[in-house]
Amino acid sequence: MRAEPVIVVNGLTRRFGGVVAVDHLDLEVYPGEVFGCLGHNGAGKTTTVRLLNGVLAPDGGTARVLGLDPLGDGPVLRRRTGVLTETPSLDERLTGRENLQIYAELYDVPPAEVPGRVESFLETFELADRGDDRAGGYSKGMKQRLALARALLHQPEILFLDEPTAGLDPVAAHHVHDMITRLSHEQRTVFLCTHNLAEAQKLCARVAVLEHGRLVALGTPAELAQKLGRSQRLEIEVAPDGVTAAVGVVKTSLGIADPALENSTLSVVGANREAIPGLVASLVAAGVRIYRVTPQEPSLEDVYFALHGEEEVS
Amino acid sequence: MNWRAVKAIVRKDLKVVLQNKGVLIPLIVVPVMILVAMPALAAFAPALQDMPGTPFAGMDNFIQGMPPGLQAALAGYSEVQMVVVLALVYFLAPMYLILPLMIASVIAADSFAGEKERKTLEALLYTPTTDRELFLAKLLSAWVPALGIAWGGFVLYSVVANLAAWPTMGKLFFPTVMWLVLALWVAPAVAGLGLGVTVLVSAKAQGFQEAYQLGAIVVLPILLLVVGQATGVMYFSTWLVLLLGLVFWVVDLVLLWFAGRTFRRHELATRL
Repeated sequence: MRAEPVIVVNGLTRRFGGVVAVDHLDLEVYPGEVFGCLGHNGAGKTTTVRLLNGVLAPDGGTARVLGLDPLGDGPVLRRRTGVLTETPSLDERLTGRENLQIYAELYDVPPAEVPGRVESFLETFELADRGDDRAGGYSKGMKQRLALARALLHQPEILFLDEPTAGLDPVAAHHVHDMITRLSHEQRTVFLCTHNLAEAQKLCARVAVLEHGRLVALGTPAELAQKLGRSQRLEIEVAPDGVTAAVGVVKTSLGIADPALENSTLSVVGANREAIPGLVASLVAAGVRIYRVTPQEPSLEDVYFALHGEEEVS
Repeated sequence: MNWRAVKAIVRKDLKVVLQNKGVLIPLIVVPVMILVAMPALAAFAPALQDMPGTPFAGMDNFIQGMPPGLQAALAGYSEVQMVVVLALVYFLAPMYLILPLMIASVIAADSFAGEKERKTLEALLYTPTTDRELFLAKLLSAWVPALGIAWGGFVLYSVVANLAAWPTMGKLFFPTVMWLVLALWVAPAVAGLGLGVTVLVSAKAQGFQEAYQLGAIVVLPILLLVVGQATGVMYFSTWLVLLLGLVFWVVDLVLLWFAGRTFRRHELATRL
C-alpha cells in the first residue's frame, strides 16, 4: 500500500492582477519521491513552491504539506522544508561559513550542533577550503552548492529545488544530480522545478507538466507517453550502401510511408516491438548490413513537446 | 517570539552593513563632523571676539530678546562664555538629532530595500521566522546601532565640548539636563522616525539608494528645529525637548503601525 502523500494540493489558484499564475492545480507527492514540476518560464512553478511553503497566500483551493496548512502553519512547516531558490539568494558580503551559521540559527538547529554541522556541510559540498571567503567571490557552481547546503542544513523532510542546475557547467550540474539522488536514497522527498527535461527524465519518478499555471499532465514519463499515444521509436543504422534497400524494406514491412533518415540511420516512429524480429530478418534477406537496431522509449522531451506543441516550444 | 532568530537576523544585517562602504562612510563621516568638528569649532568661537564686526558687540541686546528661561540658564556666564554655551548647548542640539535619524535611515534602507536589491530576501522569507519576528529583527538592525552611536556620540560630544571649551569655561559645564533628555528620550524617538519613514519608502523602492534618497525627506523636521533656533523663533528647554520627544514617539507609533502592515510575507513575496 502506498504511503500517505506528503503534499496534497486541491484546486490551488493564485492570481497576480489579471494573470493567473497557478490555475486550479491538483497534485499529490509521496514521501521519498523525486517529483518533477516542468514548464516554461512563467508556467507557475516558482509560484507553486511559494504557495506550498506559505510564502504566498492562495486565492483559491487548498494545500496540505506534511499534514500542515502552509498559510496557517507557515513557521512550523518551513522548519521542516528546505528551499533552493532560483537565484542562490546568498548574502554575498558574508563568508560561506557565516551564511550557513546564520541560517542554522534561523532554522533553529540546536546551538551546540551548529559549528559541527556547518563544518560538515562545508566538507560535504566541497567548500571547506573556501569557507572563510566571501560568498560574492565564489563561482556560480560554488554559490549553488552553498545555497544547496543552506537548504539542507536543518535536514528538511521535503526539499524544494527551483531550477537547481540553471547556468551550471556539466560538472557542477552532475554534482547537484548526485546530491538529489543521494537525498532520494535517504527517503527525502524532493520537489524539483525544472525546464531541463533530461534532468527530469534522469531524476524524477513522476512529473507534473504546467502550462500557464494549469496542470496539463501528471505521471511517470512512460505513463505520459502512453496517454499521449506516443509509440516507441526505432533507430536502425545500416551500412551506407544498403540505405535505399533498407528504406524499401521498412516501408514494406512496417507500412511506414516516409521513415526519417539521417546519414545512414533510419528513424521509425510507431513501430510495434513484436515487429522488430521480422523487420531485421527482412533487412538481412535484402542484403542490408545492419550495424544497430535500437528501440527507444519515448523521452520526456517527446512528451513535453507533444504537450506544448513543437512550434510553441521552439 | 524566537529571539535567537531575531538576533541572527540583526547580526547578519549589521555584518552586511559593515561590509558596505557606501553605507559605512556616511556612518563615520557625519558623526565625526557633528560630534567632533562642530563642537570644537564652536568652542573656538570666542577667539573671534577681537575681530572687528563680530556679533559680540550686540550680545546684550541679543540676550534681552531671549525667553526668560534661557536668560536664566545663561545667567552667571560672561559674554564669551554665553556664546560658547549657546553654541554647544543650544544651537548644536538639533544637529545632534540628525545622527540617530541618519543612521537609522541608512541602515534601514540597506536592511529593507537593500535586501530586495541583493535578492537575498527570498531565502529569508522561506525561513521559519514569523512576519513579526522578521519585522522586529529588521527594525532592531537599524534602531540598535542608531541608538548605540547616538549615546556613544553623546558621551563623545560631552568630552569634546568640555575639552574644547575648557580655556573659556574653566569648568565642566556639559551635559545639561536638557541634553540628557535629548539623548535618552528624543534621540531614540528620532531614530524611530527615520526608521518608520524608511521602512514605508522601502516597500516601494527597488534598492538602497532609492529608499535612502526618498527617505531623506524625514530630515526636514530636524532642519526646521535647527533653523528655528538659529533665527530665535524657539529655543530648546528641558520641557520643550520632553514635549518634542513625545510628539516624535507618537508619530513613530503611527508610522511603525503602517510599516508593519506593509511588511507581510505574502505582500513582500509578490514584489520579489
